Amino acid sequence: MTVPAAAYLLLSAALFTLGTVGVLVRRTALILFMSIELMLNAVNLAFVTLARVHANLDGQLAVFFVLVVAAVEVVVGLSILVHIFRSRDTVDVDEVDLLRG
Amino acid sequence: MEVLLFAVSAALSVAGGVGVVAARQPVHSALSLLLVLGSLAVLYLTLAAEFLAVLQVIVYAGAIVVLFLFVIMLLHARTPESRPSPLGGQWSLAVPLGAALWAGLSYAVLQLPAGSRELPPEFGSTEAVGRELFSRFLLPFEVASLLLLVGIVAAVVLGSSPAPSSVPPRSASGREEA
Repeated sequence: MTVPAAAYLLLSAALFTLGTVGVLVRRTALILFMSIELMLNAVNLAFVTLARVHANLDGQLAVFFVLVVAAVEVVVGLSILVHIFRSRDTVDVDEVDLLRG
Repeated sequence: MEVLLFAVSAALSVAGGVGVVAARQPVHSALSLLLVLGSLAVLYLTLAAEFLAVLQVIVYAGAIVVLFLFVIMLLHARTPESRPSPLGGQWSLAVPLGAALWAGLSYAVLQLPAGSRELPPEFGSTEAVGRELFSRFLLPFEVASLLLLVGIVAAVVLGSSPAPSSVPPRSASGREEA
């Protein structure tokens, strides 16, 4: 490993932070989903890096399961989003406030 | 060589991440996400995770991003976020908080001891990952297949039922009147 593992982990931290900022500032539900995908990928990178550092495959298998869960999450989330758009004609998360007290 | 590959991929993925967050059009965000996913696949290859690199390209870049693009096409979203946010100052608060989060995470990362172990041959190959998956991780694997089935059923149910019309869409001028 000529590149130190810390460099990979710093990149992972940067991507996770970008995803967090995206969730905080954007209001289009689609882009919120993409920011969540960004955070999931940052965590995946940390898993793969540490699997390499410890020469242990468990980290790579965790990434496999994260991939499966992310796929299901995106499918269900996007179909709910299409539903919301058809009934309310918006995907702005500030507009969908039926449960606001 | 490996350093160059890492530098290029890292720069591309950070640029893509900024693009996801800052792009004005959802399509540009989706394409930036594709850039992030592709450069992460390259990084997985340098980390001896070839099976995951292939999976990343097929599942993430091939399926999830395409799904995003389809939904963007279906929603034909009007120019998004044109009106000012009802919660002001999100950017000015989120950026310092994000910087603080990154500083904290970096501090935690730099506490880790350096150095890595020797890799056994075939580490991260499809055969090695598959062997683990079908022996020690068999039960989680079966549960994951059940989860995928739930996802399929949910997508079919949500996609085929008519949209509920009982909720009146909020009028565009509603917020200005209030």
